[in-house]
Amino acid sequence: MPGIWILAEHKEGKFKKITYELLSLGKKLKSKNGEELCALLLGSGIENLANQLGPYGADKVYYLEDEVYKSYLNESYTQGISELVKSQDPSILLAGATALGKDLFPRVATRLGTGLAMDCVSIDLGDNGLLKTVRPIYAGKVLMEATVHQTKPQMVTLRPNLVEISPVDSSKKAEVIKSKPDLKREDLRTMLKEILKGESKKIDLTEAKIIVSGGRGMKEKDNFKILEELADAFGEGTAVGASRAAVDSGYAPHDIQVGQTGKVVNPTLYIACGISGSIQHLAGMATSKYIVAINKDPEAPIFQKADYGIVGDLFQVVPLLTREVKKLKSEG
Amino acid sequence: MNIAVCIKQVPDTETKIVLNPDSTDIVTEGIKLVMNPYDEYAVEEALKIKEKYGGKVTILCLGPEKSIEAIRTALAMGADDAVLLNDPAFEGGDSFTTALVLSKALSQIEYDIILTGKQAVDLDCSQVYAGLAEFLNLPYVSVVVGLELFPDQKKALAKRETEGGEKELIEVSLPAVFACQKDLNTPRYASLPGIMKAKKKEIKKLGLAEFCLNLEHVGAKGSKLKKGKYSLPPQRKAGIKIEGEIPEAAAKLVKLLREEAKII
Repeated sequence: MPGIWILAEHKEGKFKKITYELLSLGKKLKSKNGEELCALLLGSGIENLANQLGPYGADKVYYLEDEVYKSYLNESYTQGISELVKSQDPSILLAGATALGKDLFPRVATRLGTGLAMDCVSIDLGDNGLLKTVRPIYAGKVLMEATVHQTKPQMVTLRPNLVEISPVDSSKKAEVIKSKPDLKREDLRTMLKEILKGESKKIDLTEAKIIVSGGRGMKEKDNFKILEELADAFGEGTAVGASRAAVDSGYAPHDIQVGQTGKVVNPTLYIACGISGSIQHLAGMATSKYIVAINKDPEAPIFQKADYGIVGDLFQVVPLLTREVKKLKSEG
Repeated sequence: MNIAVCIKQVPDTETKIVLNPDSTDIVTEGIKLVMNPYDEYAVEEALKIKEKYGGKVTILCLGPEKSIEAIRTALAMGADDAVLLNDPAFEGGDSFTTALVLSKALSQIEYDIILTGKQAVDLDCSQVYAGLAEFLNLPYVSVVVGLELFPDQKKALAKRETEGGEKELIEVSLPAVFACQKDLNTPRYASLPGIMKAKKKEIKKLGLAEFCLNLEHVGAKGSKLKKGKYSLPPQRKAGIKIEGEIPEAAAKLVKLLREEAKII
């Protein structure tokens, strides 16, 4: 029986939020085509994790358990997923448009000889059984509809933070099916030598609910700490970003750059501090639900896109915002 | 070390996009086209490897005739050879067909490593490098921000960006495909002599006839992903500028974020 499969992504013994988002989306798709909803996970020592997905909507959980899957490698994961997909023949295969999903799915799709719609912001099932996807292109300056129309499975990666997680049914159990791969460590041509932790423990920009971003107006690297303080005041789910101008001036690392040659983000709130708003930057953050602009220059293009703007010196405004947010939070 | 670099010509990132009348593509007339910014890091890395270990840098590009401009830029930076993969049959292809055709062309040249950008900034698919690796049965590392080679041992150590500022060090046997990310290096500008030399260089052209492929494999027919309509995202309108002295404005903004946006 064909199925709707989602790749369950986990890290350090916990599922990532995208896993629940994909299962919630999967339930919606299932209500239209009636196919079973299956989760797929790979790892080492993951039986306990595999048992947790029933309440979130999985009818079946396939898990590939082996030491070789302890750390993610596109080579080993492609092999394991492709073999399982070939034997079970699902009609849909979904993953998050995360660092892992974006690295892995292109190769799986090529091996399976099927199509992949990358980094989608909308996925729906048409009457013909084909997924109607919408994916931003030109860093979000354009939206493109796309379908995988003649091959199976239809593969899609979904951008995080778009699907509301549906209520959990704790009485629901999934059938859990364990597989062992026919794969040996010594057959692999890649090896993870080391994971280098980032400077801060902040979540990734693409998953953040609130982003406090700094531009050329930050003037120097050390000044980013006032943005960190504001982000901390908001609490969990917050990250600090930067414009290309700030990155190119050496004020911030590239991995937090927002825009066409950086990350395309989709937070609930985007606070742009000292960012004038180039077309490349605006493309990267235009889908933010609310945009706040703080800039000395009242003519800065960012004000044309912002829901709320304050014309003023960010070094004066940001610490005051931090104080006000803290005050409000302490009041509860 | 022989290095193959796959590049693409794309609209400049400053381009203001206009859709064609039937919303199936963007209007390309009159817009500035450049080498995909991520491919510049791939070209620069290739040149650095050549400077260190010797060898040859070959540029491959699938695209319309006009893509020759992007190829000339790479040659002017210092690449040795170039191949343009151009055929009406290739038009309307997706990442799958692009990777397929590029892999056929790569099978005809000698390489120790293949470099590409981590994505093209037009269609943002970030899939071609993986497709190449799959068709050529090679390993790959994506989002590469550091690359160290050990030619004697036929291996490389690549640093790749993952999430939240985290990076992975991956050891990989050569030949392999590396998809380059900003931060890997600083691309050089083409020198004037480089530009003059690049103008005279012959660019090899290959079409469908040179590969063991037929019309069904390539272009729109071979594509696995069918493109539908394009649309422009809804334009955001300017909201309110909060007036008043800064402390009052800050307090008012936080109040709005709580009451209107319900964020805090």
